[in-house]
Amino acid sequence: MPTLWIRNARVIDPAAKRDAVSDLFVVDGLIVDSLPLAARKRARKIDATGQVACPGLVDIHVHFREPGQTHKETMATGSQAAAAGGFTTVVCMPNTSPVADNTGTIQLMKDVIARDSVIRIYPTGCITVGMKGQTLAPIGSLKRAGVVAITDDGDCVQSNDLMRRAVEYARMFDLPVMDHCQDHSMTQGAVMNEGVMSTRLGLRGWPNAAEDLIVARNVILSEYTGAHIHLQHISSRFSVDIIRRAKTRGARISAEATPHHIALTDESLATYDTHFKMNPPLRTEEDRQALIEGLRDGTLDIIATDHAPHTDYEKDKEFDFAPNGILGLETALPVTLEVLVRQNKFKLPFVVDLMTRRPAKLMNLPAGTLANGAAADICLFAPDEKWVYDAKMGFSKSSNSPWSGQTLTGRVKTTIVGGRVVFSNGRLPQAR
Amino acid sequence: MSWNRRHLLTLEELSLAEIEQIHTTAAAFKRTLQRSVKKVPALRGKTIVNLFLEPSTRTRMAFDMAAKRLSADVISVDAASSSTTKGETLRDTAENIQALQADMIVIRHAAAGSPLYLSRILDIPVINAGDGAHEHPTQGLLDTFTMKEHLGSLRGRKVVILGDILFSRVARSNIHALTKMGADVTLVGPSTLVPQSFTEMGVSVSHDLKSALADAEVVMLLRIQHERQAAGLFPSLGEYTSMFGLNKTRASWLNPKAIIMHPGPINRGVEIDSELADGPRSVILQQVTNGIAVRMAVLYLCAGGQPELVTPAD
Repeated sequence: MPTLWIRNARVIDPAAKRDAVSDLFVVDGLIVDSLPLAARKRARKIDATGQVACPGLVDIHVHFREPGQTHKETMATGSQAAAAGGFTTVVCMPNTSPVADNTGTIQLMKDVIARDSVIRIYPTGCITVGMKGQTLAPIGSLKRAGVVAITDDGDCVQSNDLMRRAVEYARMFDLPVMDHCQDHSMTQGAVMNEGVMSTRLGLRGWPNAAEDLIVARNVILSEYTGAHIHLQHISSRFSVDIIRRAKTRGARISAEATPHHIALTDESLATYDTHFKMNPPLRTEEDRQALIEGLRDGTLDIIATDHAPHTDYEKDKEFDFAPNGILGLETALPVTLEVLVRQNKFKLPFVVDLMTRRPAKLMNLPAGTLANGAAADICLFAPDEKWVYDAKMGFSKSSNSPWSGQTLTGRVKTTIVGGRVVFSNGRLPQAR
Repeated sequence: MSWNRRHLLTLEELSLAEIEQIHTTAAAFKRTLQRSVKKVPALRGKTIVNLFLEPSTRTRMAFDMAAKRLSADVISVDAASSSTTKGETLRDTAENIQALQADMIVIRHAAAGSPLYLSRILDIPVINAGDGAHEHPTQGLLDTFTMKEHLGSLRGRKVVILGDILFSRVARSNIHALTKMGADVTLVGPSTLVPQSFTEMGVSVSHDLKSALADAEVVMLLRIQHERQAAGLFPSLGEYTSMFGLNKTRASWLNPKAIIMHPGPINRGVEIDSELADGPRSVILQQVTNGIAVRMAVLYLCAGGQPELVTPAD
């Protein structure tokens, strides 16, 4: 493994409160503070002038579809898309086929990851058997098999009692419980945000209240049991408020926002374009602003993408019938920079923190730092470079992105995982 | 002014002038319907496919009749006989219809937005015959056409639409047409079926039947489906009728010259009393007849015909 000398980068490491133009050195896959002159001569030099060097990005909410739905994405292609987006660590959801409610499936995933992935991928397990919300999955065994959290993903556990038992049980292993907050009884047949746009378009609405109820439920259960519940992809302004109050009481609640929910609103659905169909749905401008303010004051802890690949032919349907979800990994950084840094004047190191140290910490992952001796997981990006994103030319196996064809600002130049360059100037030098 | 649209997808996107062009053309075609030989050769040699993926009697028959009056060949496909039951996608079904050399496609579909979706895929004109709870443009056109026959200009006229508005494509198309034509529209019904969000479309929302019906010149009733009751949107059909059903007493609150409309199918005794449906103020069957003329106009214009060329000379 070559020694790396990354030169002249703006090094941002939120964990060390570091933000200065300097060099970074990598020896044997680890970050080191300094490099002797002789070693520098032999090192592979990466000129990062004008670029930001930060910890490799961390996304704790992706769908890599393997096993079972490998026509959409695989561990290999998902990891490549992640590398192209600057991500070096991701956490994948258990809604595969079969679902990850048993240790055999987790072991299979780990074997495939070890064989095919160019980045670090951590699996999650299900809360309930078959993700059916009826009986608890073998949570302790799943933990032993290597899951970093449990979640029933889009099939939010509806029974309050079962959820209470799940978080109480998971707390024994200090295993976070991630929840997609949705009261199913209020969202039957729903395909978009309920409001003026759904009224106009004649599409079935998914009201904020269906999220708010479960967010409130989870806050109550977290405070009652002391368990850590992580609230996925918050979309409603009322939910932001509920979480803010809970945090002032010290509740062990954490929450994420997606790039699409902070960038887009349900106005985008005017032409029934299924590339804007996801769950939870895009909401109103008021909701979008509330999410941004929630990120600013720490109510929402992190950015996560909910990277959800679907093939062209699956998305190319009547709006009601198309599956929910969009790609996220390859556009997350530029979209987030646009919304938070350029439009809303967030400081760049703070945004880096939202996408590195903080998500790693929430899931207890060894990532998100450039400290001396840490694994050399690094993202180099040009914050002001404009480029046209073409999802068809991207690295995901699917191309269902609302940003395809658009000019984005901010481009990942180099991604390094454990000292290995896995993405460089638009290419995957070590794609296996 | 010439007609420049190939598709008829919504009334939301039509201008007032375009709506009036369709009405003028429909009036000319309506005169041809009085003749002993009702056919005109306007679309001779053209093939129209009625792709009805959701059940329909009235609309489908009216489109069928309209196409035949225009001398087009008509093929009707319904959900049961289409390959969608074998899992074929709408795109593939539609592309096959186009490859079979159809000149125009009329689509009825349960999914809102599907006519727009087809219009982006196909080169031939796409006519929306009702898409989910979104729009039913030809119904909105025939309803406003019927209102004009009775009231003349609709500017400032008080129109009440009463019933299940939330799930109604008929209501939405009428709202767009009527607001463009300057009518004063009030939506009435239980708050669960008539949410306040409709006020953003330029109409009033009321849950007080008496004040809403006072001096109204048109009352349009929409069918109340018992499925909505099962979904908890209102307690029972009986309660609906007692609160919002149109009966003789309530009809007396209307303007004396008011007309009573219904797009069908009617639930007698639920949203409307039988004697009113059959009474002198009811124009329900005129709506059906006008549906042929309006659809002739739409098919003719979207096939490339021009309004001024319609000459119903004997």
